Amino acid sequence: MALAEICKISNASYMKPTAWNSSDATDDLKTFSCNLANPYTLAAPPFENPMHNLNQIQANSGKTGIKIDFDHGTTTLGFKYQGGVILAVDSRATGGQYIGSQTMKKIVEINDFLLGTLAGGAADCVYWDRVLSKECRLHELRNKERISVAAASKIMANIAHEYKGMGLSMGMMLAGYDKRGPGLYYVDSEGSRTPGNLFSVGSGSLFAYGVLDSGYRWDLQDKEAQELGQRAIYHATFRDAYSGGIIRVYHMTPTGWVNVSNTDCMELHYKFKDEKAAQ
Amino acid sequence: METLLGIKGKDFVMLAADTTHARSIIVMKEDQNKIHKVSDNLLISTTGESGDTEQFTEFISKNIALYKMRNGYDLSPRAAAHFTRKNLADYLRSRTPYQVFMFVAGYDETEGAELAFIDYLANAKSLNHAGHGYGAMFCSSIYDRYWHPNITQDEAYDIFKKCIVEIQKRLVVNLKNFNVSVVDKNGVRNLEPISAQSLTDYNASS
Repeated sequence: MALAEICKISNASYMKPTAWNSSDATDDLKTFSCNLANPYTLAAPPFENPMHNLNQIQANSGKTGIKIDFDHGTTTLGFKYQGGVILAVDSRATGGQYIGSQTMKKIVEINDFLLGTLAGGAADCVYWDRVLSKECRLHELRNKERISVAAASKIMANIAHEYKGMGLSMGMMLAGYDKRGPGLYYVDSEGSRTPGNLFSVGSGSLFAYGVLDSGYRWDLQDKEAQELGQRAIYHATFRDAYSGGIIRVYHMTPTGWVNVSNTDCMELHYKFKDEKAAQ
Repeated sequence: METLLGIKGKDFVMLAADTTHARSIIVMKEDQNKIHKVSDNLLISTTGESGDTEQFTEFISKNIALYKMRNGYDLSPRAAAHFTRKNLADYLRSRTPYQVFMFVAGYDETEGAELAFIDYLANAKSLNHAGHGYGAMFCSSIYDRYWHPNITQDEAYDIFKKCIVEIQKRLVVNLKNFNVSVVDKNGVRNLEPISAQSLTDYNASS
């Protein structure tokens, strides 16, 4: 242990053989995993006054090299029309320049009448969507009635507002069908929640908006609407390096959601190319 | 970026608010109503940090509704403004301040019309005419020129038109559409929104 003495690390916690038995470590373990028992006790960033200091760290990342703001590349879109709600998403998950997955499911099936899209921090979205699923199921059991899209989105917005400024990163759309008809809400980690007819979220959203706005009408036919959603995402995958993979299209109808198609964007690329050549 | 406007007359208060909901450089919505009807004689218009605006306005309006349930009568507009200011000031000194800018506008038989300007530092002031946001900077001189103590509702609506023409002409940001609401002895009414579309006729006629 002489070397440890010289290096002055003999007192470091990892040098103690009983590290996991010491009360510090068990306390730590409890603090950082208690959210498994109660999901709302998610640990805040591990330093004092996280709201203020997290901003400082993020603002200084250029100088310090400590980067904890994730690059979030995604394209998701959703719109209401005469025949219900269409959701379409890509499937690429990136961490900076690196493509981690090409087959991610960015639409979460909360129940038969409720879908959520994820954009931003994948872990945050998946985690809170899971909590939302639980809350929606509990609502159903307590009230013998499915939760409305408005109420579900309100739960999400309240969670987001509670954790505002603590580093969550989410931009999600909730789509569903309830007593009031088709519903589409946008909720993000800023805590804002707003209903609307047409949204697109993520780094590729401006490309998707371009195609979507040009082709959108309220009285689209089902087929047209599904193809418009798919096409808007395709064009976003073409222009946005952080979007790609499989383009998934979901259709929310009065009888629940339907997974319309899951098509590789490369397949669509050549399909559209041939169509253009034939014109 | 977002803009709120307010004008007080002898027996009414009129509010205007743009309807855009923007995130970074993208306009997400063109029909977001920012003027909330809180009770029969009270309007609150809110702008500021997204999320905070909805959460704080709802907190205030539900508490004002609760006050009426408990006491059987409404909070007067001045009291409502004071209640809002006090809450905002308390939150300002907590870990979770709300970054909101608002107008509390109301009409009361005994107190008359009230227009309270409240900013995110919980600075509250009762004013005859006021604005929040970049757009408001172009409006203060228009108010000074055209506002007078006996102003009618038609004249107030016309001042808003003048302000919005100026905002759309001189402000870099595109604020296409404005909702307008008025509160007077008959309660709350929504007036015809002022949009780029409706202003083309206005410009042609003047």
